[in-house]
Amino acid sequence: MAKVYIPLDMAAVAMGADKLAAAVAKEAAARGENIEIVRNGSRGMLWLEPLIEVETPAGRVGYGPAKVKDVASLFDAGFLAGAAHALNIGIVDEHPWMKKQNRVTFVRCGVIDPLSVAEYEAHNGFKGLKRAFEVGPAAVVEEVTKSGLRGRGGAGFPTGIKWKTVADCPPGQKYVVVNADEGDSGTFADRMIMEGDPFSLIEGMLICGYAVGASKGYVYLRSEYPIVAKVFQAAIETAHEAGWLGKDIKGSGFDFDVELRIGAGAYVCGEETSLLESLEGKRGIVRAKPPLPAHVGLFGKPTVINNVLSMATIPMIMEKGAKHYADLGVGRSRGTMPLQIAGNVKYGGLFETDFGIPLGVVVNEIAGGTRSGRPVRAVQVGGPLGAYVPVSLFDLPIDYEAFAAKDSLIGHGGLVVFDDTVDMSWMARFGMEFCAIESCGKCTPCRLGSTRGVETIDKIRDGLNVAANIELLKDLCHTMRFGSLCALGGFAPYPVESALRHFPEDFRKPALEAAE
Amino acid sequence: MAGAAQYSDERAREIIAAHMGLEGPAMPILHAIQKEFGYVPDAAVKQMAEALNISRAEMHGVVTFYHDFHRAPHGRHTLKICRAESCQSMGAERQARAFLDKLKLDWGGTTPDGALTVEPVYCLGLCAHSPSALYDGEPIGCVDSERLDEIAAEARD
Ligand SMILES: Cc1cc2nc3c(=O)[nH]c(=O)nc-3n(C[C@H](O)[C@H](O)[C@H](O)COP(=O)(O)O)c2cc1C
Ligand code: SF4
Ligand code: FES
Ligand code: FES
Repeated sequence: MAKVYIPLDMAAVAMGADKLAAAVAKEAAARGENIEIVRNGSRGMLWLEPLIEVETPAGRVGYGPAKVKDVASLFDAGFLAGAAHALNIGIVDEHPWMKKQNRVTFVRCGVIDPLSVAEYEAHNGFKGLKRAFEVGPAAVVEEVTKSGLRGRGGAGFPTGIKWKTVADCPPGQKYVVVNADEGDSGTFADRMIMEGDPFSLIEGMLICGYAVGASKGYVYLRSEYPIVAKVFQAAIETAHEAGWLGKDIKGSGFDFDVELRIGAGAYVCGEETSLLESLEGKRGIVRAKPPLPAHVGLFGKPTVINNVLSMATIPMIMEKGAKHYADLGVGRSRGTMPLQIAGNVKYGGLFETDFGIPLGVVVNEIAGGTRSGRPVRAVQVGGPLGAYVPVSLFDLPIDYEAFAAKDSLIGHGGLVVFDDTVDMSWMARFGMEFCAIESCGKCTPCRLGSTRGVETIDKIRDGLNVAANIELLKDLCHTMRFGSLCALGGFAPYPVESALRHFPEDFRKPALEAAE
Repeated sequence: MAGAAQYSDERAREIIAAHMGLEGPAMPILHAIQKEFGYVPDAAVKQMAEALNISRAEMHGVVTFYHDFHRAPHGRHTLKICRAESCQSMGAERQARAFLDKLKLDWGGTTPDGALTVEPVYCLGLCAHSPSALYDGEPIGCVDSERLDEIAAEARD
């Protein structure tokens, strides 16, 4: 029986994967072909979605992007045996985009049936947890610390230190919370791993709970990800049935449960304390720190809160050992970063690589430049609070410290590429508008400053007192940066200031036009 | 949203009761209420406040904090159009503006026949296929103005 893979990934579905899967099943039945369709995660070559793969003795052969109208010709050509066809991309694992990566966190994503515990285990799943049970909680915390893993949610805080703080709190009710709010434009790695390899997140949470002494985990997922909600809920139930969640897991004496909770469209709820408030059923108003969530977290109890990617990387660190992970990367950025390549690009998708790769290599070589075919003008790195990086800085390596030195950030690893038609004063205005829409309202600089920012940029765009208003805008950015409680108000100036710094001509258009 | 039930206090109380075993039940209850009735009626807010033992003002504050919860019925269909940066890099803002102008709507507005509500959304995680949209929960990548017009027509039938 031929095995055919068609992703259930939301991006693949957005390009017609569900209809394609139905059409393939129907065509196979009509032709009397006995096939099994597995709905896998995406391999990350998103421009090829929906990508059909068929298992052949030489490896998995891919066909994409495949549409319903291609189905008959695929069967005619003999795609079930991996035959030639206009959409044939060859052996998927041999594709240059795959070969150039170092897949660590995403090693199973797109490869296995996301909801098969047996396949997960056959691909080294639960080995990390088993090793955790062998070495004991303290050694797990030690191992995570030594790996150098830093939080992938944006702030890059060392994960091991966070865990140690919670582990050191006196025994009692503690929580593991996973931040799956993934609100940054240009990011989709959390979504992809939860759709494509949900057990890796569950295993990471189990290891964390075991290490810090927590028996309950929550995953806070944004409401914009309906397919994740379905897949992840099914994964929780499957893990229960297989004895990987619940009481006395695999005879270890360790109890752990995971519950999925859905957000409600507030970007600020990705901020960890706002998220905890929301989980408690309140308005997502950011809490002042201290106390840290590690001491006083969910319902006032010690709480580890980590991003999806941080948590999903833990099983591999425990399986292969801290050194294996720490040996990758540059400087204080250890391991790999799943980059998300988006916006106006020819080849968009998920590209996991060791830290240190230059930004320009990613944009020009990996992403293949713009989809529009026009020159690249700017790349926003790190979501809506990240700076716009001009082409002149393309030799910047993907490294937390290198980006910070240029008043930029890596954040959650999203790269949004813009061509030369972009109007940077408009993007700056949008940055301020977004902050105004999403502000939790606790601090004046963020709540009112962002609205003042929009008004001021409007004046600049209208050519009113341009020089004076640019000074005012810079002042405003300064006040927001230093007077805001959390990084929404504090980092919203990054895109604005970087636009002003690198693309000043876009703020003087009316003046330039008048001068002509 | 299509197929929403008529509000009744009794049904609201059932929904609330079904979630009271959870830690921090407010958000799951609000989602369940909105799923059932298509919006979060004031009467349900009152029921929730009583069940959760908080003031109505506080409960009201929770509902209004979140963009997803709405306090009046929406159109029969909902189209969420992404206006975040990645989609803007592919011309989403101009395209959405033109679409809204054609329907004589602003963001969040509903067509006069009650068929379609158009809302902004800030990233759907489909940024490699910008511009993107979500129509009654169905994701759409590389959406163009033709597809938007089709959706508006589909919603009307
Ligand atoms: C406005 C705002 C939004 C954020 N959104 C997210 C998010 O969507 N996902 C996430 O993991 N972290 C987000 N963060 C960062 C979290 O506050 C926190 O640092 C993170 O969840 C910690 O996990 P990590 O150490 O594994 O990165 C956000 C922060 C701010 C200020
Ligand atoms: S900076 Fe903005 S989002 Fe953050 S706490 Fe202050 S008002 Fe809330
Ligand atoms: S309340 Fe935060 S700066 Fe005033
Ligand atoms: S910015 Fe539109 S889908 Fe991400």
